[in-house]
Amino acid sequence: MTKVVKDVICPFCGTLCDDVEITVSDDNKKIISVRNACAIGAEKFNHTSLPGRVTRPRMRQPDGTFKEVSYDEAVDWTAKTLVNARKTLMYGWASTSCQAMSVGHEIAEKIGGIVDNCATVCHGSSLIAIQDVGVPSCTLGEVKNRADRVIFWGCNPAHAHPRHMSRYSIFPRGFFTVKGHKGRKIYCVDCRYTDTARCADEFIQVQQGYDYELLNAFRTAARGEVLPDTVGGVPKEKIYEIVEELKGGRFGVIFFGMGLTHTMGRNHNIDIAIALTRDMNDFTKFNIMAMRGHWNVTGSGQVLAWQYGFPYAVDLSRRTKARYQTGETTSVDLLIRNEVDACFNIATDPGAHFPIDSVVSMSKKPTVTIDPHINMSTEISDLHIPVAMVGVEVGGCAYRMDNVPIETRKVVDPPDGMLTDVELLTKINERVDELMGAK
Amino acid sequence: MSEYIIKNGHVFDPVQKIKGDKKDIAIKDGKIVEASEVSSSAKSINAKGKTIMAGAMEIHAHVAGPKVNAGRWFRPEDKIFDSHKKPGMTRIEGGKSIPTVFKTGYEYARMGYTFAMEAAMPPLYARHVHEEIHDTPIIDEAALPVFGNNWFILEYLKNREIENTAAYIAWILNQTKGYGVKIVNPGGTEAWAWGLNCLTINDPVPYFEITPAEIVTGLMEANEYLGLPHSVHIHQNDLGNPGNYKVTLDTLRLAEKVKPKNDFGRDQVMHSTHLQFHAYGGESFANIESKAKEVMDYVNSNEAITFDTGNVTLDETTTMTADGPFEHHLCSLNHLKWFNVDVELETAAGIVPYVYSPNVSVNAIQWAIGLELALYAKDPMRCFITTDHPNAGPFTRYPRVMSWLMCAKTRNERLNTFKNADKIIDRTTLAEIDREISLYELAAMTRAGPAKSLGLSKDFGGLKPGMNADIAIYNINPEKLPTKGEDYEKAFSNVAYLFKDGKICVKDGTVVDNGQKKTFWVDVKVNPNKQVRHDVVEKFLKYYSVNEGNYSVPDDYAPHQHIISLDATHA
Repeated sequence: MTKVVKDVICPFCGTLCDDVEITVSDDNKKIISVRNACAIGAEKFNHTSLPGRVTRPRMRQPDGTFKEVSYDEAVDWTAKTLVNARKTLMYGWASTSCQAMSVGHEIAEKIGGIVDNCATVCHGSSLIAIQDVGVPSCTLGEVKNRADRVIFWGCNPAHAHPRHMSRYSIFPRGFFTVKGHKGRKIYCVDCRYTDTARCADEFIQVQQGYDYELLNAFRTAARGEVLPDTVGGVPKEKIYEIVEELKGGRFGVIFFGMGLTHTMGRNHNIDIAIALTRDMNDFTKFNIMAMRGHWNVTGSGQVLAWQYGFPYAVDLSRRTKARYQTGETTSVDLLIRNEVDACFNIATDPGAHFPIDSVVSMSKKPTVTIDPHINMSTEISDLHIPVAMVGVEVGGCAYRMDNVPIETRKVVDPPDGMLTDVELLTKINERVDELMGAK
Repeated sequence: MSEYIIKNGHVFDPVQKIKGDKKDIAIKDGKIVEASEVSSSAKSINAKGKTIMAGAMEIHAHVAGPKVNAGRWFRPEDKIFDSHKKPGMTRIEGGKSIPTVFKTGYEYARMGYTFAMEAAMPPLYARHVHEEIHDTPIIDEAALPVFGNNWFILEYLKNREIENTAAYIAWILNQTKGYGVKIVNPGGTEAWAWGLNCLTINDPVPYFEITPAEIVTGLMEANEYLGLPHSVHIHQNDLGNPGNYKVTLDTLRLAEKVKPKNDFGRDQVMHSTHLQFHAYGGESFANIESKAKEVMDYVNSNEAITFDTGNVTLDETTTMTADGPFEHHLCSLNHLKWFNVDVELETAAGIVPYVYSPNVSVNAIQWAIGLELALYAKDPMRCFITTDHPNAGPFTRYPRVMSWLMCAKTRNERLNTFKNADKIIDRTTLAEIDREISLYELAAMTRAGPAKSLGLSKDFGGLKPGMNADIAIYNINPEKLPTKGEDYEKAFSNVAYLFKDGKICVKDGTVVDNGQKKTFWVDVKVNPNKQVRHDVVEKFLKYYSVNEGNYSVPDDYAPHQHIISLDATHA
C-alpha cells in the first residue's frame, strides 16, 4: 500500500509552495508520485531516487579520483581543516534548514570562519538597498487578497518561480480580489519579451541597462514633473499613462529580480525602485518584494541576523566580534583576493554561480562540499560529504521570500546510514571542540 | 540539584511585604524553601550589604520575531561599534538598540531579569518568534500574539460573538504557543492595509464596519470569558500624536465595563502599554505638552488597569511596532529609512530608526512624561517600568531609568541641563515632583507587579518559600544608599548574583551558566466550536498563503515549555 503525504513544502525556490502532495511507498523509502508541484519542484523530489546517487563521503586521491570514506573520516578531515585554517570561507546555507545553520554558526564562531550565503551573488544588492532606504513590503497573501496592480520588473517567475503567479500574484482570487486575474492589471518591465511578459496586460520593454532611468522617470511622472520624449526606450506618454493607472489602483506591488540587482546600478536600481514605492504610498497602498531564489536563502539571512545582526557576508574570523562589509567580507571578493585559506561549502553550489576567477581560487584551497548531489563544487573539492535532502528526507525550518517561516516536512527516509545536515554539523562541531581542547 | 543559602542580605519582596529586612533565602531543587529545609551542605552566599530581590520580569519588549530581526539586519550601523565578546560562557554579542539574541539574553540576566514578554507576535510568523526565543539564552520568555486587526476577530466582534472570539483566541494560543491577547492600534492596522488609519476609538474600520472601541471591549470580554492569566494588553489608537491623551482616556474607560474573572490572582482587565506615548496634550508638535497628570489621575482611580511606562532614554534607537500607519507617519517626520510589512488577515509592522535627542524639545518632553507617569503612580503594583524596547530606548538602559526615578537630584540635573530646559519645565510637571522611588517600590514595579499582571504571581516575582528560585542580588546597601544616580545605574547593570531556577547564571556581571530557559504559553480548553472550525478551514483554503497544516509551531521549536493549562469549557 502506498500512502499520501499532504501539505508538503517544496524545497526548490523562494515561493516555498506548501500544498504539494506526495505518494510514497509503504516502507517510506521511495517517492511514487508528486502532485501540485511545478516541473522543477517535482524533479527535486524525484531526484532522491535517481540511480547513481552518492550516499557516502568521497575523498579526493592524489591521482584526482574520488575514493569512498566513512563519515567519521570525513568529519575528522573537515574538523582538522577548519581548525588549522586561519580563515575559512563557510559559504552556502541556502538549501538547508535554519536548525543546521545554527550549528554551523557555532562552528564558525569557534574556528573564525566567514559565513556567507548566496545572497552574495543574488539579492545582496537588494539587501544593501534596504539597509540604505528601508522597504515597504507585505506577505504574499496580502498580494493575493488585495493587489490590483502588479509589476514584474527584471524577473521572470514563469521560469524561476513557476507557481508564484498562480498562487499569489496574477491568477488567484482573494478576499478583496474576487475577480482574480480579471481584477488585476499586470505589468512586466524587461529588456526582452519573456514568458512572464506573455501573462502581462502591459509589456514595457526597457533598453538594457536603463532600469534606473526608467524608475526615475516613473518617480518624476508621479510628481507631475516634465519628462524627455523617451526614457530607456519608453515613450513619455506611456510612462505618464502607467503612473496614473498605478495611482488609481487600490493596492500595488512590484516584484523584482536579477534584472534589477545585476544590471548596471545594482543596489541603486533597488534603491530607486523602493523610493518609487514609497512615493506611491502618498497616493495609494504600494509594496515591493524581492523574488528570492533558493528556497531558504531568506532563512540564512534571518538566522545570521538574529545571531550576529547582519544578513550575509558575516566575518567571524576575529572570533570576538562579527563584521560585515560588502566587497570586503563577501565570498567572491575574498576568493579573488586569496584572503581565505580553506573553503567549506554547504547546500549551495558556488562552482556553478561564482565568477570563474573565484572558482579557480577555491579549487586551489582545501575545500569540502556538503551537498546531497554531485555538482560543480563537489567536482573541485577535496572532500564531498553527501547528506540527506532537507525538505524531502528530513524536516527543518525555511523562510519564504516574504520572510514567512514554514517548517518543511520529511517525506521519505534517507538512504540507510546517511546523515542529515544537523547530524553531520553536530559531529563536526564536537570534533572541533576536541581538537581545539587539545591545542 | 545544588542547595544554596543566601545570608545576611537585605530582602525587598512585596509578595511577603518585606521592606529591606535581613533575611536568609534558601534554595533547593530550583525553588525557594524555608531556611530550615536545606541541608548543612548547602553552599552559602554572603550577601552582607547587598540588596536581594526576585528576578525581574519584563512585561513588554520587542525582543524576538520578524520585525525585531528586520530591525537588526536593515541597521548594520547598529553593530558597527558594538560587536564584542565578554568574558564568561558567552557567544559574540552585538547591537545597541536591537541586540542579537545572545546579547538580549545576557544583558537581561546581567541586569537581574529572568523573564521577558515579547510584546507582539504576528501569528503567521510565530515560528520565527519561537526560533529566536529558542536561541535567546538564560531568560524565560513568552510572546503575545496580536489580535486587534485580525479578520476573524473583526468579523466575530462585528456581530458581538464573544464565545466564537474566545474559541478562536484559544485556537491561536495553541497554534502559536502564545501567552495572551495583544491589541495594537485596534482597527487602524487593518485600515493601513489600504493606506488608512483609525485615530479615535470610534473611527470605523474600512469594510469591516466595526470601531476600535468595539474591538477592545469585545476582546476584553473574550479574555475574561476564557479567564486567561494575563488581561488584554493594549497599544492604543493615535500613538505618538499631540493631543492623544483624550483617545487614551476614552480607551482606558472601556475597562469600566468589564470585570476580571480568572484563577491567577489578576485584578486588572486591561494592561495599557507604553503609556508615555499616549499621554500628550497640545495640538501639534510645536505646542505638545504633558498630560501625564490627567492620565494618571484616571489610572490611579481605576484598579482594573495596569500599565507600563515606555520611558524615553534619550538614545539613538530603532522604533518598531505593529502600528504600521504610525511608522509611515514617523518616517514622514524624520525622513529616515522605513521598513513595513503587512501580514495577511492578521496585522502589519513598521520600523524606523529614531534619535531621541536631548536638544529636541519634543524628545525631552517625552522623557519627562515617562518619568511623571511612574512618579504619579499611587500603586506600584500597577505601574511597571519599560522602555517599550527598543521604541523609546533600548532595555539595556533600565538601570539609568531606575536612577532617574530613584534619585531626584540626578533627574533634576538632567531636566535642568536640556537645551530648552525652560520650555520643558513649562510644558511638564516633572520639576514639581520630588518623589523618589524606593527599592521596595521598585521591587513592586519590576517584580511582584508584572508577575501579578501576567497571572504568574503564584511562582514568580517574589521570594516566598515555594516560589521559583529566580533571584537577583545587587551591590546596593540599603543602609547606605547611593547618593548618585550613576551608582544606582552601575549596580543595576551588573548583578552580584543572578539565580535562575536555582542555578547561578551570572556572577559579578559575568555569565557563568546559560541556564535552561523556558518558553511560557497558555493552553486553553474550550468547548468544540463548529463555527470557528468552519471559518478556520475556509480562511486557510481561500485567503491565507500557507495551508492550515503548516501554520502551527512545532513542539521542538520550544524544547523547554512551561505550559499554563486552563479549562474554559462552559457548561
